[in-house]
Amino acid sequence: MKYFQLFFVFFRVGILGELAYRVNFFVQLFQSLVELGTALLGLAVVFSYTNTLGGWHPDDVLALVGVYFFVGGIIGLVIQPGMGKLIESVRDGTLDFTLAKPEDAQLLVSIQRIEIWKFIDIVLGLGVLAAALIRLGEHVGGREALSFIVMMLSGAVILYSFWLVLATLSFWFVRVENILVIFQSVYEAGRWPISLYPGWMRFALTFIIPIAFVTTVPAEALTGRLSSETLFGAVALAALLFTISRLVWRMGLRQYSGTSA
Amino acid sequence: MRGFAELYLQQFKTTFASMVQYRASLIIWMISHVLEPVVYLIVWSAVAATEGGSVGNFTPHEFAAYFIVLMLVNHVTYTWIMYEFEYRVREGTFSAALLKPVHPIHSDIADNISSKLVTLPLMLLIALGLVPLFHPQLAPPLWAITAAIPALVLAFGVRFLLEWTLAQSAFWVTRVGAINQVYFVLVLFLSGQIAPLTLFPSPVQLLATILPFRWMIGFPVELLLGRLSPVQAVEGLGVQLVWLMIGFALFRIVWRAGIRVYSAVGA
Repeated sequence: MKYFQLFFVFFRVGILGELAYRVNFFVQLFQSLVELGTALLGLAVVFSYTNTLGGWHPDDVLALVGVYFFVGGIIGLVIQPGMGKLIESVRDGTLDFTLAKPEDAQLLVSIQRIEIWKFIDIVLGLGVLAAALIRLGEHVGGREALSFIVMMLSGAVILYSFWLVLATLSFWFVRVENILVIFQSVYEAGRWPISLYPGWMRFALTFIIPIAFVTTVPAEALTGRLSSETLFGAVALAALLFTISRLVWRMGLRQYSGTSA
Repeated sequence: MRGFAELYLQQFKTTFASMVQYRASLIIWMISHVLEPVVYLIVWSAVAATEGGSVGNFTPHEFAAYFIVLMLVNHVTYTWIMYEFEYRVREGTFSAALLKPVHPIHSDIADNISSKLVTLPLMLLIALGLVPLFHPQLAPPLWAITAAIPALVLAFGVRFLLEWTLAQSAFWVTRVGAINQVYFVLVLFLSGQIAPLTLFPSPVQLLATILPFRWMIGFPVELLLGRLSPVQAVEGLGVQLVWLMIGFALFRIVWRAGIRVYSAVGA
């Protein structure tokens, strides 16, 4: 409960900071709409030539695009800004201030910076997802909805742990922000079903940069094509990665020497 | 003339040094330049495979050829001036460039060409690496390959002049992000990066033919794939020349107006 309160405090700070630059809202809204429009037009062109893409129907891919935007929004809202700040503060030593606070430092660094305008992407993603759900209609039952939520949550945990481990590497190697930029450019591949890609790419997008777990897998759950092995596998992987990221974080902290120490 | 040669040589040294310094951002650029065409390659090959082996006159292997060639052509004609110009104007670093006795576009051309001299061999290697993975199929006639050389040079010229002109909107607008994004979307659809232009409805094809976008990327790709007749190739080169002249005129007009409104921050 306290964690949610903390999150909302940071969220309020984010709002207060950005309200001075209200034009940014419209800039972000415009850019997000253009991006979404591009994605949908691309789909329209592809599906004007076929009605199934590797077994996925137009509405299924629409749901995938919704998930893609929603997750992209979450990454941009809290994960990427927080991890970017972490790397920065390890380099210039301002992490001292965070460590001095009486809350769990991992939690604090994870929510310390909120880019509120990215909420637009989250809302747009949910909108597309809702549209896809209406079109999919009765194909989505309680079982699909439940496994979708479970997959979204474990996907979020996998993604968060992945980013945290990468960002924590900054305790040993000072310049790692480029790895995070690479993630952003590879994320685009998640707009299409991962099953389309050849084996080596599928492997890379699942296990090296775990994009499949936040885009294709939840969309598979929603459209009822998820096997129970994948479901349990994803949950187990989420638990495992979360534990690993916690361990790496602790090791990293021990490595950290601060500004004046 | 000798002055220019020295200038370009010096810029090559500077660019090369800074590329060696910023290897990581280089790799990031390469990844996004490779990944996007490869994704569309895979998507369209899958479509062709499900639709009985060919879509709009393209088999999966021909799609592979299309997108690998597109990746190279896009890389050759690519510029990053629209990102750079905003920064220059906003931060006022452009003032220093104005003090030089030559037009600032020269150092940009030199910078672009020198960095491509380094990255293009890498891109060619990547393209070669993609061949065994996707088995592209193309057999362009010799004349088409010859014609593609001027087509590529003209495509680079048109794209460079137009993007340099558009980048100057930073003189009037402080935040050009939105303008840039609209432009990039137009390029994406109308230059053939999402799909070969022949797959689009005919109004879109017409639009792409009238506007400069096809002539910056799509045309050299179609030529290299051997999909154009000699007459179409000559016509295309002619249109490219016309766009080069329009681009040059626009560049001059906008530059004269823009340089008057430029005032560096803090000046």
